Amino acid sequence: MSETAQQSPHHIDVKEFHPRARAAIHNPQIRQNFRKAMDGLMTKRKSAFEGWDLETLRDLGANIRLRALANLPDLLEQLEQKLTENGITVHWAADGDEACEIVRDICVARNASSVIKGKSMVSEEMELNHYLEEQGIEALESDLGEYIVQLAEETPSHIIMPAIHKNTEEISQLLHDKTGTDLSHDVEYLTANARLQLREKFMNADVGVSGVNFAVAETGTLCLVENEGNGRMTTTVPLCHIAVTGIEKVVPNLEDVTALLALLTRSATGQHITTYFNMISGPRKADELDGPEEVHLVLVDNGRSTIYQDDELLDTLRCIRCGACMNHCPVYTRVGGHAYGTTYPGPIGKILMPHMVGLDEGRHLPTASSLCGACGEVCPVKIPIPDLLVRLRQESVDGDKLHPAKVRGHGAKRSSMEAMIWKGWSWMHARPGMYRMGTSLGARFRKLQPGKFGGWTRYRTAPKLAARTLHERMKERSQ
Amino acid sequence: MSSRDAILQRLRHRTGGELTAPECDFSVLNRPEWSTAEKLDMFERTIESVHGEVHRTTESGWIDRLAEILQTRGAGTLLIAKEHEIGKALQSATKSREDLPQLLIYDEPVESWQEALFSEVDAGITSTRGGIAETGSLILWPSVDEPRLMSLVPPIHIAVLKASELYTTFHHAMQSQNWAAGMPTNALLISGPSKTADIEQTLAYGVHGPKELIVLVIE
Repeated sequence: MSETAQQSPHHIDVKEFHPRARAAIHNPQIRQNFRKAMDGLMTKRKSAFEGWDLETLRDLGANIRLRALANLPDLLEQLEQKLTENGITVHWAADGDEACEIVRDICVARNASSVIKGKSMVSEEMELNHYLEEQGIEALESDLGEYIVQLAEETPSHIIMPAIHKNTEEISQLLHDKTGTDLSHDVEYLTANARLQLREKFMNADVGVSGVNFAVAETGTLCLVENEGNGRMTTTVPLCHIAVTGIEKVVPNLEDVTALLALLTRSATGQHITTYFNMISGPRKADELDGPEEVHLVLVDNGRSTIYQDDELLDTLRCIRCGACMNHCPVYTRVGGHAYGTTYPGPIGKILMPHMVGLDEGRHLPTASSLCGACGEVCPVKIPIPDLLVRLRQESVDGDKLHPAKVRGHGAKRSSMEAMIWKGWSWMHARPGMYRMGTSLGARFRKLQPGKFGGWTRYRTAPKLAARTLHERMKERSQ
Repeated sequence: MSSRDAILQRLRHRTGGELTAPECDFSVLNRPEWSTAEKLDMFERTIESVHGEVHRTTESGWIDRLAEILQTRGAGTLLIAKEHEIGKALQSATKSREDLPQLLIYDEPVESWQEALFSEVDAGITSTRGGIAETGSLILWPSVDEPRLMSLVPPIHIAVLKASELYTTFHHAMQSQNWAAGMPTNALLISGPSKTADIEQTLAYGVHGPKELIVLVIE
């Protein structure tokens, strides 16, 4: 087990990215587990899109999301109205805490003591499990990956494959320690045991909590994408189902879902489609024989309406949570998901989390990138992730107090020394005489130039100033 | 102000001004018109690539095939619908033949027999509202007669699909059946047996739902 992975999110200091990244880079097990998984996922994605006009499909995906965002307030109201007509209760939460309280209140009203959960990244964002435990309500994850992560008292290291940081031996040992299974490396055996244990839990759970992949306004339909069937169990077996989702997940039409689904599963795991695409439009009707008698949807803002204000940052909200950006990220592949210390790791986390935790906390997130551009190239809805990283870097060092701060913690990384150096630099470059004098002084005293520039020269040789400036050489040439 | 109103107000009074919605052109999802035979071949190939099993049969031969499939698996019980023609056909067939497993009819609210459903049912058989060739998917709209858990809890799920009800794409199926006009409480696309790759990317079937998905295609 890695050192970096043992903490729960409540103790993680997002700022401590560097020590965590260093530890992960020196952990061969982590490196190996991620490399192997990401290589496989990249290959699968590529072959899943064979024969498709991928650029046109991505354009469609981007346009669908942009159209939804353009009409977001109307769509949310339409969704609320349709869901209400269908018998689903809609709740609104300004932040994670309020969303947790809404879930608790529903549980309390039903006298519920146990909750079974389907995979939901928004519930991770809310830290719902932790909150419910504090309230004396048992919350158990039922997605196999999430179940493993919960048993290990960790957090997901990938948004689609939560336990990707662990190999079979590690999981076998964990299940043996926590649930008493044999120390077997037979994945089928391990899975069968989890099935047995969780089936018992499904039958006895009072409430099922799930996420939502797409919420359709025109029909009032909540769509869930999954392979295991735990999502269907969670939303069907307990008498009460609570779905939690970000406010950006709404789309206008059912038709929109077909294109987004085609993009989502292929981008995420290279599947044409997942085993189950579950569309929920209402609780059990009086004459129906199964399904929950109560269905709730909790719409969570948690910083999204702030991102929505800015034309550029808005693009962050297009995300359909496929994880392709992390699968293709050279930084993520090397440091793993836990190094970031955030709910959403990898490129999408780097542009989303600063809004949730502020640029002060998340100061290292936008710079944990080589700006190679792979994330932007594979994004199914064409989020310009590299541009957004640059924008957040600017925001984090911007000292212009008149400029309205769009992101919390605006200017948090600004250093007056660095700012002064750049001010001097721009002053000199705007004055040709000064510039010539400066470069010629630099050439003359080049022996005094330091050989090391901090971290930059740890793996690089420092460039040396030339003996003669370019201006001097050009002058000679023209003579 | 309630959170609802505060959120909506922030979204409506956007500091960046009004947004314009781009046009969405869905033609990239269009496929050439395939014959039923072509669609069936494609469906079969795709669903088998994810561990589903396809048996081509006929209106008169499907019960024989079903009995055979269930016998090789040693299934002792089969969950059926009460009113649907599939359920009815099986109820009448079982009177004259002994090679079918014991039939269980799903006609009581699940609460009254949940334990038995989870532990004593070996297989469940449902109808479909068609299939999707491109992704190898079955369309299911659970109903009063064929409840949601029929296709989820038993370890073997058998689905009956009419070859004439195959669509090329999900988009085509949805448009043809005019789903936007009204959705049932629950609708599903099922594309293979339940599976997971959460342990080191190794595929394992039947993690929460059925271990086997068997499609009887009526040609």
